[in-house]
Amino acid sequence: MIGMTFLLIYLFIGLVRVIIHLPKEDKKKFFLSLINPRLILKNVKDIIFDVLLHVKIWKRKPLLGYMHSSIAFGWFMLIVLGHIETWFYVPDRTSTLYYPVFFRFFVMETNHTLKGSFFFFLMDFFLLVVLSGVFLAMFKRIRSTFLGMRRTTKNSWPDRVAMYCLWAIFPVRLLAESFTASISGGSFLTRPMYLLFSNFLSDTYHIVPTWWVYSSILGLFFLLLPFTRYMHIPTEAFLIILRNAGIKVTSPRKGYSEAEIYSCSNCGMCIDACPMMVQKKNLKYATVYYNRFLRRRKWDKCNEIADKCLMCGKCVAVCPVGVDSCGLKLTYRNIEPVNIRHDYSYLGQAEAGVPELHDGDVLYYAGCMTQLTPVISSAVTSVLERCGISYGFMDKDGGICCGRPMILAGRSDEARALIARNTEIIKSSGAGTLLLSCPICYKVFKENYNLPGIRVVHYTQYFNSLAKSGRLRLNKSSVRAVYHDPCELGRGCNIYEEPRVLLRQVGELVEARQNRDESICCGGSLGSLTLSYEDRKSITDKSLENLTYDSPEKIITACPLCLKTFASRSNVKVEDFAVTILNNMTNTLK
Amino acid sequence: MIDFGYTVSPSSAIEIDDAGLASFRQLCRIEPDAIKCISCGSCAASCTAAGFSIMNLRKTILLLSRGKDREAIDMVATCMLCGKCYIVCPRGINTRHLILSICKTYRKE
Repeated sequence: MIGMTFLLIYLFIGLVRVIIHLPKEDKKKFFLSLINPRLILKNVKDIIFDVLLHVKIWKRKPLLGYMHSSIAFGWFMLIVLGHIETWFYVPDRTSTLYYPVFFRFFVMETNHTLKGSFFFFLMDFFLLVVLSGVFLAMFKRIRSTFLGMRRTTKNSWPDRVAMYCLWAIFPVRLLAESFTASISGGSFLTRPMYLLFSNFLSDTYHIVPTWWVYSSILGLFFLLLPFTRYMHIPTEAFLIILRNAGIKVTSPRKGYSEAEIYSCSNCGMCIDACPMMVQKKNLKYATVYYNRFLRRRKWDKCNEIADKCLMCGKCVAVCPVGVDSCGLKLTYRNIEPVNIRHDYSYLGQAEAGVPELHDGDVLYYAGCMTQLTPVISSAVTSVLERCGISYGFMDKDGGICCGRPMILAGRSDEARALIARNTEIIKSSGAGTLLLSCPICYKVFKENYNLPGIRVVHYTQYFNSLAKSGRLRLNKSSVRAVYHDPCELGRGCNIYEEPRVLLRQVGELVEARQNRDESICCGGSLGSLTLSYEDRKSITDKSLENLTYDSPEKIITACPLCLKTFASRSNVKVEDFAVTILNNMTNTLK
Repeated sequence: MIDFGYTVSPSSAIEIDDAGLASFRQLCRIEPDAIKCISCGSCAASCTAAGFSIMNLRKTILLLSRGKDREAIDMVATCMLCGKCYIVCPRGINTRHLILSICKTYRKE
């Protein structure tokens, strides 16, 4: 009772704190979402699927999913059924909120009535489900690989105490219910248990202590809950509502971010996902520890992890709760103190070099990384020429950076100067389509630029639409190739299918062991600020090993940075998507 | 003094002992890659910002190691952090972090 009251008060204060810290427009969004019927439906659906059933974990690791949903859903059903049951027998219970918990102890109902036995059966059934989940959880602590996790989180001591409480709650409940089965009745689980115990425990003095132990453990668990990983149980539902309202991370620790930090269940899925974990010394940089340090305001540690992160987004993709940890880290980078600010006032004096275009033409922006890999830009322009498309080359003689590297370094304010200048050039060119060959640029043009009336496309999308309309004709070769999903294109912009469609048309496409949103970063990412060249090598090797799993003859990627990184360490030929298309197209120059 | 129409140019020798390299040492602690540079100039050749400004990372590192902080800071402020120099660097210097560290350790006078 004390535990529950404390928990409720704590939760309420937390809720108010989060809402207060939300920026104004987010507050508006949040309250509007609460009255929007479509969003309410979505909220309810998401809460049932994610919080109770853990569908996201099921999809990736079925056994782990069973473990989580059995505990969560089982416990939920125990509570709900308990309440219904109590409600049936004790209609007036306004003053006794805790009644259902100890129902069996207070009410001497028998299972002779049909209703009684039905409820007892259900209660026993869900207790069994929960117990199976708890035993899986215990087993996971001993051998996590059995449940599909190579590494799990190192628990802190409050976590550990709460975990032991959680483990103990249900077996003790089973014992307590079994002991009282003679008085209140039971079903397939508790009755045999009772019969078994009654053989050697003839007196009934142990009934009361067992119920006491059960209630104490439950109370202790609720008391500890706010300070442990189990805080995600109440906060996750709230996070889902906030997320569905369209709120994004804007501060490193306050408001929405706080809801995210508290929703982190410390499950450790992000540890296996992180490409840095190929080296054991990097284990301490896992996202789960970042969230923990952030929650406890250990700024030094946060600093270190935030700067180390590759920003590949894989931990966000696999996170069962959907914590946007990359956003958290990025906003953290933004508050790091800086003495020298970048100054791009010189861009104003520079000649813009706007290519002359007819209205609605394609404007090709290669970007810095493609400048270093001219094979890509020449392939892209050749494809365009052979398809008979008139285009302008925006940065043929060198251009301005897109701004994404600055944003990744936590300098969003200064990046705005670059963004403004590029916007100016693009708008004045009169282009209808902006074609990009670098996923890093593509992401920033999609998210941070305001280009009304201009279609922003990555070349994988553009070539795909050309092929669909019949302007790009391809022939099939017999080369077995694997496609590498660049982080910024796949997880960053959700483009998985377009390149694959075309690659299937030009050859045999095989998949990497981990592909699509689980693809492994090439190691060259601009996201990490402090990761050294030596450490990146091992990530590249790991990524290559994953790609060559099905022994392809060629690795195809759609990112100049990935191409550059892979090419230096791969035994298999690495090729850019545009080059592959160019080599397999049947269009000839007109 | 007789005006010959020209003068002796002032000495450009740098006394390393007087240069006040405390900030540079601090920089090397944060990013040890700073002393790895062999001044090959690949970074300067590939630089995006160099097309419009005085940015030159090779020079920046040289200037800092000689205590000529002010000129170096002016250069660094024009960097776009695009990361091309990191990719071309034959010594694998983490150039972006080097530049960010300069921005943190040095101060604009």
